[in-house]
Amino acid sequence: MANASDAVTAVPVRRAAGWWNQRTLAPWLFLAPGLFMFGVYVLWPIIQSITLSFYDWNGLYNQDGEFTGTFVGTRNYAELMTDPAFETSLWNNLKWLVLYMAALPIGLFIAIFLNQTVRGMRLYKSLFFFPFVISQVVVGLIFAWFYAPNFGLFYLLTEAITGKGTAILANPDLVTYGIIAAGLWPQIAYVMILYLTGLNNVAADQIEAARLDGAKGWKMLWYVVLPQLRPATFIAVIVTVIGALRSFDLVSIMTNGGPFGSSRVLSYYMYEKALGEYGFRMGYGAAIAVVLFAIMMIFISGFIWKMWRDETQR
Amino acid sequence: MVHKKTGALALVAALLLSTSAFAQDKRVVTWNGDYDPIPLAAAEALIVDFEAANPEIDVVLTNFDHEAYKNAIRNFLTADPPDLANWYAANRMRPFVEAGLFADISDVWAANGLMDSLAASVPSSTIDGKQYAIPYTYYQWGIYFNRDAYAAAGVEVPGPEGVNWETFLANCEAFKTAGIDCVTTGSSALWPVAGIFDYLSLRTNGYQFHSDLAGGKVSWTSPEARAVFAEFGKLQPFVTENHAAIDWQDAAAIFVQGKAANYVMGNFAVGVFKEGGMTNDNLGFMVFPEITAGLARAEEAPTDTIHLTSGAKNPDDAKLFLAFMASAEAQSKWNAAVGQLPTNKNATVPQDDPFLVAGFAALSTSTGGIAQFWDRDADAEYAKAGMEGFQRFLVQPEALEEILAQLEATRARLFPQ
Repeated sequence: MANASDAVTAVPVRRAAGWWNQRTLAPWLFLAPGLFMFGVYVLWPIIQSITLSFYDWNGLYNQDGEFTGTFVGTRNYAELMTDPAFETSLWNNLKWLVLYMAALPIGLFIAIFLNQTVRGMRLYKSLFFFPFVISQVVVGLIFAWFYAPNFGLFYLLTEAITGKGTAILANPDLVTYGIIAAGLWPQIAYVMILYLTGLNNVAADQIEAARLDGAKGWKMLWYVVLPQLRPATFIAVIVTVIGALRSFDLVSIMTNGGPFGSSRVLSYYMYEKALGEYGFRMGYGAAIAVVLFAIMMIFISGFIWKMWRDETQR
Repeated sequence: MVHKKTGALALVAALLLSTSAFAQDKRVVTWNGDYDPIPLAAAEALIVDFEAANPEIDVVLTNFDHEAYKNAIRNFLTADPPDLANWYAANRMRPFVEAGLFADISDVWAANGLMDSLAASVPSSTIDGKQYAIPYTYYQWGIYFNRDAYAAAGVEVPGPEGVNWETFLANCEAFKTAGIDCVTTGSSALWPVAGIFDYLSLRTNGYQFHSDLAGGKVSWTSPEARAVFAEFGKLQPFVTENHAAIDWQDAAAIFVQGKAANYVMGNFAVGVFKEGGMTNDNLGFMVFPEITAGLARAEEAPTDTIHLTSGAKNPDDAKLFLAFMASAEAQSKWNAAVGQLPTNKNATVPQDDPFLVAGFAALSTSTGGIAQFWDRDADAEYAKAGMEGFQRFLVQPEALEEILAQLEATRARLFPQ
């Protein structure tokens, strides 16, 4: 007992003695593994990509293991400015960003619809959640068959209605919307789950009170429920924006960016240029990656700023 | 315990001794390949033959998945080079030759008289006057046709020498009336349309034009290039709709079902057609129709090759194996097993396969030259831009001027005048 109290009184003395005491060192020790991982697997590749974007390099080292690239300054970026494929990708990314936001209201609607106590509701909930559980590759394949010319369900439906089938994935004007629709299917399920958990935490007494005051329908949703769902909405927006920007797998599975590059997005174009069969222009691919990173940074810093503000206000 | 340990050590030492002794009396040649099961078995059979003739050499083949190989080769050539590596001829091997990763094997060509026996493949194996590849197989392209579809539309079935372009287009009209696609293709992977374009280009302007166009020496807005697109435009209405959304195998299904009459393809597709239920009785092959009369007929025949790497540890024995792979006996055996054509002119072709016989006849009588295929003759980036242009023209023929302008801009960037 006496020893313990000695130790407690001893702490402030030791703390004054030097910087490296237990209190200041411990957080860094605990952070060290994470910082190391973050440095090696996140920061270092970012720096490497930015460096590489100033080079022209086909990905080969020579026999002696020397780098064979040449420094070209900002020429990769200058070329991006005049590259029609880059412009297409940028526009498509914008379409993804805007249309992907539809996952929020639809997800919220389904969540509210499912947030009731009916016999077998757990089963319905899992069925609605199902598309998020299966891999994006499978989602892509399912939709590719759904749209497939001659035997796809969608093709046959349009054929029955208009007399002429529409092959979405062969149509340069429709293809991106077709892929976004496929992407929305699992994304809505994801948003729905976020809102369902959020709805569990909505205060029942506030709903009761609002009901006594005569609120119902849209007003109830807008003024009473939605404000309490703000944390869920915040997370849902983040995952939807990130999901839209990194939309690679569906494009790769469903169209390979085609027909003639109409459904490319930045992430896929980067892959095509850097690692695709006709690519291996590492520097140019890196330049596309840097642009994509810059776009993502706009959103990411917005989120970080908001989170920081919320934390400090508390 | 101690005894056990020493015993284990002795065993390990003995094992090490025995393997090193084994390696000492057999000189190892390492070879990295990317074979599917049937070609792999054929390659292993060749290794057995080679080792029987050269008992002091041990050839070790490491096989990769076909698609993974395209990335793996870029790493292993620098990090851990084998003695031999599979790859492709013409422009496809150029990056590796220029990075100094493939070795010059002109001496193998000279010592074995390959300039004569592999004469047709000299241009595609040569960069700056030196040979860097041993071509050991190729396959013909041409038009495969469904005789049942011809019968259903009441069109006369062409012979092996084919028909002329006017007849072909007239047949297309007849097929259209009968509700059959005259020409089918699945262009979601882009390269199948390059086959159609290449043939139109070879038949309209000849081999040299194809080569110059792929090399970026000819403008896309030149009258010759426009002439090719004019012929392409005549064919466009008869090509399967929505080809941009399907793979070549999906189009093969349309062809097998008789919903399409002709398919411009390589000989590797015959296996797929036959799996789909076609037989030698209803599947036919003809060379692509003549367009410009009197032009020397050129054909497409992409060539697969083996290369000596610059980092090879045992180049002398590897060269022996390369010479073996260039020989008529080895090529006859491998290609008969795989169903492709040998590049050695003294090799034999199995007479019971009508498509190989027809392909061998078509290639050996082509006086215009042998093209590798658009995406092997052209630089990779240029090839892709071109194929996107061809695909777009097949979908939106009205956008011709825009397509040509875009291709011309790509040419100006990649090949500064």
